[in-house]
Order: sequence, then structure tokens, then C-alpha cells
Amino acid sequence: MKLTSLTLAASLIGSAALAGEVAPKDVQFDDYGAVEVSLSGASGDAANGALIAGTKSKGNCVACHAITALADVPFHGEVGPTLDGAGARWNAAELRGLLANAKMTFDGTVMPAFYKVDGFTRPGDAYTGKAAEGELMPILTAQEIEDVVAFVATLNEE
Amino acid sequence: MTKPMGNTLTAIALAAVAFGTVATADESADLVINGDQEMTIRTAAPAHLSDVMDEINSGWLYRKDETQLLQMDDFDNPGMIFVDLAQDAWNAVDGSEDKSCASCHDNVEETMKGVRAVYPKWNETAGEVRTLAHQINDCRENQMGAEKWKYTGGKMTAMEALISVQSRGMPVDVAIDGPAQSTWEQGKEMYYSRTGQLELSCANCHEENYGNMIRADHLSQGQINGFPVYRLKNSKLNNAHARFKGCVRDTRAETYKPGSADFVALELYVASRGNGLSVEAPSVRN
Ligand code: HEC
Ligand code: HEC
Repeated sequence: MKLTSLTLAASLIGSAALAGEVAPKDVQFDDYGAVEVSLSGASGDAANGALIAGTKSKGNCVACHAITALADVPFHGEVGPTLDGAGARWNAAELRGLLANAKMTFDGTVMPAFYKVDGFTRPGDAYTGKAAEGELMPILTAQEIEDVVAFVATLNEE
Repeated sequence: MTKPMGNTLTAIALAAVAFGTVATADESADLVINGDQEMTIRTAAPAHLSDVMDEINSGWLYRKDETQLLQMDDFDNPGMIFVDLAQDAWNAVDGSEDKSCASCHDNVEETMKGVRAVYPKWNETAGEVRTLAHQINDCRENQMGAEKWKYTGGKMTAMEALISVQSRGMPVDVAIDGPAQSTWEQGKEMYYSRTGQLELSCANCHEENYGNMIRADHLSQGQINGFPVYRLKNSKLNNAHARFKGCVRDTRAETYKPGSADFVALELYVASRGNGLSVEAPSVRN
């Protein structure tokens, strides 16, 4: 019941923030690109994060990163470093920042910003090739980002 | 028929080291067509690229063995069927002027040799850079009084293939200076512009990451010396603008239109990155 009304509310108000949620334009990055507070106001679900990271239409992290924990998902890319051990290299705030907008951490990186809705050149309507109409949605929602942060945080082994 | 297959068929099992990776092609293979026509698939980068890369490579090198093999023999190359179809179209009268391509250009094997290698090319009368497809449609419209073909349509890509195959093996040699220079500069600007919600440029994938896997795809340098290409994915010939459109779309961007001045500029620039590679059309890709 609660879930249904939340989904409905989200679709009605587009990208407007839900209670406790930080809107893409309001994300506060520190000097190193880290983001201290949870974007959704809640903690993340690592299992769901794993799903998002391996799903093409969602995070599709495996397009660029090899992740041993997701060995059952076929075809891992080589564009970015392996994420094995990333949970030991980065804390949650740093991972959140990397996911929201990796360019704040790595200047000019090819890694896309997953929680950003403006400042694009020729933004499209998802993968249709047509111009975007109306406000853009971030590639991942606030809670999806938190879920992936929770998942990557579990990747402690090199 | 002797084909240097040994080279291409080895070491594939060894290449698939990590979990989930697809078997990638042998990047040291050589491309010889019909057992006797040797293609330049790797050569020194043209001067204008020398600060970003040393060597340019044909996309053929990055394909899997099965796909590579299809391009080594014209009987196996599905693109050649369309070349045959276009040969019929070359001789067929069409339009209000009662003319065929052959009425003005006679034997395609003689008159079209070398043409593909220098396109896109500055057209003095029109005062613009033109692609081969534009030139084909210009002839249809103004010489034959026939309807223009759809820019990315089957008749167009087949005719491009027929004309291109006459230059097969010749080095790509598009002019980037003189009157073409400003168009080339525009194309270069586009090549390095990061578009769409993924903020990726052509260079991010095809200059910084060629040789790397992106999900199941083995990234090449995005060269167009093999165009039009027969893609196993859609079972037809595809011209460069169709491919560009797909790549721009994949950055979650609004694409440009095939045949547009934007894509002409991009084509000139991308073609110039392949100056020195053999014209390979019709090539075969996945
Ligand atoms: C288009 C390619 C691409 C995609 C998609 C991508 N990344 Fe990245 N990522 C990179 C690159 C490249 C780097 C290395 C940073 C640099 O030097 O540019 C990186 C760096 C990282 C790092 C730091 C790695 C380390 O251990 O030092 C993390 C963590 C990370 N990415 C997580 C993710 C997650 C999670 C996703 C999906 C939600 C994702 N990435 C999607 C390209 C990508
Ligand atoms: C997100 C990554 C990405 C971006 C950005 C991208 N491409 Fe591609 N491109 C690919 C992939 C994957 C393929 C298929 C594998 C290959 O041939 O590299 C491909 C293939 C191509 C090919 C076919 C090469 C051949 O030999 O058949 C051309 C040409 C090309 N791209 C040009 C471009 C141009 C021009 C741009 C910029 C407008 C561009 N690409 C942007 C990923 C990308």
C-alpha cells in the first residue's frame, strides 16, 4: 500500500524530491567528490544493489567494470578498473560521490554520472535517439544509488 | 584457395581468461581477401593524429574469428550479394531522363575505381563537402530525373558498396585541407564532444578505449574504411551515418540526422582518421 502510493507520487511529480530525499541538483560534494549524507535518507540494500549493478537497463556497472561477486552475470567490461576491493579502497561517502557524479572525484572520467539531471549536451529521451522532453530523470534513483553504494561497500577483497 | 587461417584461428581459447568475457579476435591476424588481395589493416597514424595515437587499425582486427573469416572470401561475404544487386541497378534505366548510371559512367569497374578512397570530398560547384551517398542522389535527381534514395536505405547502401568495392585495397586518402578544412574542423569538434546523459564522446570509446571490452563488445577504433558494412546483427548493409546514429544514441543523446551537414562533417573527420588504411568495403561486422 505504502509502496504503491510512493510510486504513484514519484511518477506524478517527476524528479521532484520525496521527503528526506536529496534532489540531484542539491547534492553536496566535498572537495574530494565525496557525498556525506544518504541521498534517499535511508540506508541501502546491498542485494538489490548487486542486481542494479548487473542489470543493463539500470546501473550496468559491469559494462565497464569486472566484479567477481557478479560472476554469474555474463560479459564484464574493461573500460574501468575491477571493483573487487573497491569497498576497502573507498568509504560510503566516497562511493556515493563516485556514483552520483564520478567527475567530481576523477576529473574528465568516462564514468557516467548516475545522479545528475542537467548540464548535458544534446540530452536524449533515454536510448531512443530523440531529444529529451521535459525534465530529465537521473539514471538511478536516490534509493538505487544507496543500494549500489551498499553493494560496492561489500566488495572488500582484491 | 589458400587462406592464412592458421593465424586467425589460434589462441582464442587462451584469450578468454576472465569469467564472462567473450572470445576476442586475434589482433595480430592479417586480412587477405580471396587468398590474394592483401589489405592494409594496421598502419602508421596520419600526421594529424600523431599526438594521440601511433597506429591505426581496421575494425576487422577486433572481430571474432568467425566474423573475420566471413570477410576473407567473397563467396562467404554476405555483403557481396548486395553488390550484385547494385550492379543490376547500375545498368537499369530510371527516371524522366531515360538514363541509368551506366549511361554516363559506363563500366563501373573502370570509372569508379578510386572514388570511395577520397570521399567525403569537396564539391566545387555545390560549394560543400559531399558524401558518396549525396553524390549518388545528386546524379539520380539531377542527371536521371529519378527519385532520391533514402540516405540509409537498402538501395543506397548497396550502390555505395558497389562503388566502394572498386577501390578495395586502395588506401583511404580524404583531403582535409583547402576548402574542406572548416568542415573537417567541425567534424573534429564533434568527435571530441561529450554528448547525452552518459556524457561520452567518440574519443572516449574509440580513441581512449579501443581494444577494451565494453560489456560484450570489443571496442575498435571506430574506423569507417570498411563501410558500408554488412552487420550480422541486422543482416544488411549499413552506411557510416547509420552507425554514427547508433553510437550517438547509445550515449543517451539526441542523434543527428543521417545525411545532415553535421554527420557529413563527422564522416569527413572520421574518414581522415583512417587515411592510409585500405578501403575494405563491403566489410563484415557483428
Ligand atoms: C562507461 C564506463 C563506466 C561505467 C558504466 C561505470 N564506471 Fe565506474 N569507473 C569507470 C572508470 C574509467 C573509472 C576509473 C576512474 C578514472 O580514472 O577515470 C571508474 C571508477 C570507479 C570506481 C573507483 C574504482 C577504484 O577501485 O578505484 C568505482 C567504485 C566505480 N567506478 C563504481 C561504479 C559503479 C558502481 C558503476 C555502476 C553504477 C560504475 N562504476 C559504472 C568507468 C565506468
Ligand atoms: C559508449 C561507447 C561508444 C561511443 C561513445 C561511440 N561508440 Fe562507436 N562503437 C561502439 C561499439 C561498442 C561499437 C562496436 C564495436 C566496434 O566496432 O568498436 C562501435 C562501432 C563503431 C563503428 C564501426 C566500426 C567498424 O569497423 O565496423 C564506427 C564507425 C563508430 N563506432 C563510430 C563512432 C563515432 C563516430 C562516435 C561518436 C559520434 C562513436 N562511435 C561513439 C561504442 C561507442
